[in-house]
Amino acid sequence: MIMLKELVGNTIDVNEEGFMTDFTQWNTQIGEALAAENDISMTPKHWEVITYIQTEYKNNVPLSIRKIGKSGVVDIKEFYTLFPNAPLKTATKIAGIPKPVSCI
Amino acid sequence: MEDQGQVKKMMIILSKATLENVYACFVLANGARMEGIQAEIFFTFFGLEAIHQKKLEHLHIATVGNPAMHMPTMLGGLPGVEALATAMMKKEMEKLDMPPVREFLEILSASGVKMWACKLAMDMFHYKEEDLIPELDGVLTVGDFYKQGSGVGTHMLFI
Repeated sequence: MIMLKELVGNTIDVNEEGFMTDFTQWNTQIGEALAAENDISMTPKHWEVITYIQTEYKNNVPLSIRKIGKSGVVDIKEFYTLFPNAPLKTATKIAGIPKPVSCI
Repeated sequence: MEDQGQVKKMMIILSKATLENVYACFVLANGARMEGIQAEIFFTFFGLEAIHQKKLEHLHIATVGNPAMHMPTMLGGLPGVEALATAMMKKEMEKLDMPPVREFLEILSASGVKMWACKLAMDMFHYKEEDLIPELDGVLTVGDFYKQGSGVGTHMLFI
């Protein structure tokens, strides 16, 4: 089910888990606001990871923890520090892309 | 209810070292961390081989006594069959982006999974702590392990 959500003066489409369903609606202010909802204040390092994730998504590369660890952008330990509590889920939510379906 | 039945922590006991069991354990532990759930693994009996420096890269799947292999038991026992089946499974897993055992252990450790070795089993196999992976968090008794699992929302799983 897709719902409308008001965020920093924009209306975005989200699913029942709060993931955006239309990436074209995404911008950095929205990313910042989604991060704040997940108790994360964005730093340049956070943005570096988000940009990497968005690039992989645009290239249709399925995301996994292992891939993140090999990205050269961030190691797994730091990834968990930047996005504590379900890092891949939280990071993809902030990035405005669908939740990864990988089990690893 | 304060916790609303949420899973907060998975305590997984790994007692076997056949590859399919080891991977089941690792995927469950890693999957828990990915969902923001704490995870700890207690390696006991043959499960210790999955963290034994000299053995962890040589784990096999079981071709004998495993009806799901759909292979006659006699055939499964022939020399080389287990190794062949293992090689085939490893190839399939690589396609799914499943890391090899050592890399998986590193991922688990970096993800904050606590890993414990069973004291009794170590004594039984005459293993010393230096035989095991450096990522190990320590050697515990069963009692210590239960203490680790205390708290609301903890689930225990025996593999």
